[in-house]
Amino acid sequence: MADMANLLQQQILSARADARKLNIIGGNSKAFMGRVASGEPLRVAGHSGIVSYQPVELVLTARAGTPLTELVAALDEQHQMLSFEPPGFGGGATIGGTLACNQSGPGRPWWSSVRDQVLGVRLLNGRGEHLRFGGQVMKNVAGYDVSRLQAGAMGSLGLITEVSLKVLPKPAVTRTLVFDVALQDAVALMNRRAAEPKPLSAACWLDNRLYLRLSGARAAVDATLSQWQGQHSGSPLSGSQGRLLEDDESFWAALRDQTLAFFEGEAPLWRFSIKSTAVNPDLPGNWLIDWGGAQRWYRGAASMAQMQQLAEAAGGQVSLFRGGDRQADVMHPQARALQLLQQRLKQSFDPDGVFNPGRLYSWM
Amino acid sequence: MTEKSKPDKARLVQLFRSFISPEYVIEDAETQRPYECDGLSMYCEMPLIVVLPDTVEQVQRVLQICHQHSVPVVARGAGTGLCAGAMPHAEGVVLSLAKFNQIISIDPLARTARVQPGVRNLAITEAAAEHGLYYGPDPSSQIACTIGGNVAENSGGVHCLKYGLTVHNILSVEMLSVAGEKLSIGSQGLDSCGMDLMALITGSEGLLGIVTEVTVKLLPQPEKAQVVMAAFDSVQKAGDAVGGIISRGIIPGGLEMMDTHAIRAAEDFAKAGYPRGAEALLLCEVDGTAEEVQEHIAQVESLFAAFGATSIRSSQSEAERALLWKGRKSAFPAVGRISPDYYCMDGTIPRGQLAHVLTEMQRMSDEYQLRVANVFHAGDGNLHPLILFDANVPGEFEKTEEFGGRILELCVEVGGCITGEHGVGIEKIRQMPIQFNEQELLQFNAIKHAFDPAGTLNPGKGVPTLRHCQEYRALETRPMPASTSDTGAA
Ligand SMILES: Cc1cc2nc3c(=O)[nH]c(=O)nc-3n(C[C@H](O)[C@H](O)[C@H](O)COP(=O)(O)OP(=O)(O)OC[C@H]3O[C@@H](n4cnc5c(N)ncnc54)[C@H](O)[C@@H]3O)c2cc1C
Repeated sequence: MADMANLLQQQILSARADARKLNIIGGNSKAFMGRVASGEPLRVAGHSGIVSYQPVELVLTARAGTPLTELVAALDEQHQMLSFEPPGFGGGATIGGTLACNQSGPGRPWWSSVRDQVLGVRLLNGRGEHLRFGGQVMKNVAGYDVSRLQAGAMGSLGLITEVSLKVLPKPAVTRTLVFDVALQDAVALMNRRAAEPKPLSAACWLDNRLYLRLSGARAAVDATLSQWQGQHSGSPLSGSQGRLLEDDESFWAALRDQTLAFFEGEAPLWRFSIKSTAVNPDLPGNWLIDWGGAQRWYRGAASMAQMQQLAEAAGGQVSLFRGGDRQADVMHPQARALQLLQQRLKQSFDPDGVFNPGRLYSWM
Repeated sequence: MTEKSKPDKARLVQLFRSFISPEYVIEDAETQRPYECDGLSMYCEMPLIVVLPDTVEQVQRVLQICHQHSVPVVARGAGTGLCAGAMPHAEGVVLSLAKFNQIISIDPLARTARVQPGVRNLAITEAAAEHGLYYGPDPSSQIACTIGGNVAENSGGVHCLKYGLTVHNILSVEMLSVAGEKLSIGSQGLDSCGMDLMALITGSEGLLGIVTEVTVKLLPQPEKAQVVMAAFDSVQKAGDAVGGIISRGIIPGGLEMMDTHAIRAAEDFAKAGYPRGAEALLLCEVDGTAEEVQEHIAQVESLFAAFGATSIRSSQSEAERALLWKGRKSAFPAVGRISPDYYCMDGTIPRGQLAHVLTEMQRMSDEYQLRVANVFHAGDGNLHPLILFDANVPGEFEKTEEFGGRILELCVEVGGCITGEHGVGIEKIRQMPIQFNEQELLQFNAIKHAFDPAGTLNPGKGVPTLRHCQEYRALETRPMPASTSDTGAA
């Protein structure tokens, strides 16, 4: 619980003066992400604490090093939540790292991503200037949206020191239905359900089971449950009766935090962010489908070039999320024009390349 | 070497007419007149030339020519913007995207639509309706405004508390850089690798590139929607009631407030049955499944009663719901009838500051001797004070502008911002330094430079260019990587 912004600023200024590089570290829960880190550690975890939280305004502001667990505890008391369900990755994850890595959980297609919910940031750029963008209000279109630009930048544009977020009330009731469904049918079915005006809040497929989560007002959840449970003769679900999942909260938490058995072991973990209806990439092996079809996980060795081709055919992008060769590029290759543009943007924030060299891309 | 000398108007017209049909290269003042301003007609300028291309290749060639000759380019959708963002540049080309009005495809299962930038906002919802889908953001100007303009302004609407702004409802854009280079940003997935360029482009007011195609998300039409209207005898009570609903865990589809001047004007105009004597009126729309709406409407009604509403009415039919909204949606033209002119402001404030801000505004209204009517996207704190004035009275517009500027300062003072959804354009450029310090403005300038080094895309709008910005850049230790257009490759 301390404001260390001045100290962090000094560290950046002196690194810049001595032409040293810095490796920004929050809770160190996502060290496995991106390419191998280089540079001297710049530790942000001490820069922590909730700066303001007004439940009636649905706005929370916290220093970047604040652990998600602390935010969730404060929100719990007011029956509110981080609607983007960020993964805790062992409990150490901070709000700054969550934004920098753009990490959102199962509810993302329905409840927004961390990027969607960010209202403003404070940021130390590579010149050591402490800047404020966006704000603590829901709508703000003055200037470029530098706050949301940070999502996925993995610290390459600067050190996020403070984040303001829109938070949401918790749903009154949550229930999960499970069906026995094969992969091909699951994708179609998830999308069909998502096109209905029902309180769907997560849709995932794993091990020939389809999980549909319903959240909202009790009457709405109950009514939808009974409609969806029985009603599927003639659909790909015929033969499978929907059943209620006991202790569904721990299932969704394990999916969010990647502690399900699917995520165990050393095999490379690939993340496809693709069109929700895309035919699943033709790659035999172990798949997990989340986000109603828009996020698909694959375990196994493959070349980036091959994966790139599959992702583009499916209308999206791929990244090597965990494991494998992390000296090579792990993010979807960028078109030449976009690569140059991002290098120029990087320069506009961090002209000397102080922050996280090569972490996001080998060329940045 | 590129040729940087400026060709004269006749030469440019000739160049454009070699690939755009002559009537769509407009050079005479009379035909150009409709382009001299956007929805903020107090700011006018005649352009050098107006072009209306109808293929991406033509747009590309226009950009290449303008880039080569350092001619400013101002993109234009429907011209409904309220910040003079689409106001022409006297030495520049207005690039109208009006002819790009095709919905390319709708994918009902994936719930997406690919559209050209000149497609009207409402046209997307109308086309999606047969699939039980609609496009979320619904600016009051949705009959006319284009999706390209919406992306450029990150437009919102009465439903954005629950369904988000433009930035939350688009997946990808096809864009042309200032040099006419094609850029594909975003994808059909929900996110892309690396820094979020989609967010940077959304709301960039035509300063970073020309949007030539947009893929939007579509939402399932709710089973049911119902609106509750509640009248209050003080703004404070109405504001507290808004907080009460949110605290109760209900996120309404729309939550709008009007003050007494706006209520009367809207009622005289739309005959929606608004209580003319009320100090504040709330419209709270709840949508969702039939069961959910029933449950929430009952809660909202009892909350309004508990917060001291003097009258409460819930719509009992679609017709009644439409009527209750009609008053709100026509509030601007309604106010236009009670005054020769009005000036619409667009600040956002933390909701808790509402009563304070309205009291201060009334004080200033007395000071300037100018009436103010207020409509308010109450759920998300976006305030639209409408200052009533008469442009024919010498000096009155200047007085109005000064008053408006002070309202925006007040918004920033209480922790809000100078524009919630209308954008900065030319209009609010003087207020930018109130919200941002010099270093922040320089960072904005540096971003602009990364996209448009010569600064020919919509110059003079959005972000003030600081005088010593050039010197600042000269201090950079390394040169910027050149854009492909400058050198071919880097
Ligand atoms: C009566 C009325 C009510 C309104 N209500 C709302 C409201 O509820 N919510 C709201 O948010 N706004 C509202 N507006 C403002 C306005 O309608 C929006 O800003 C709208 O998005 C502008 O769209 P347009 O097509 O008219 O754009 P224009 O006015 O033509 O242009 C707006 C800006 O976008 C740029 N631009 C346009 N097309 C492109 C393109 N293809 N590529 C790059 N840049 C481009 C222009 O250069 C300009 O800077 C209202 C306006 C009026 C007149």
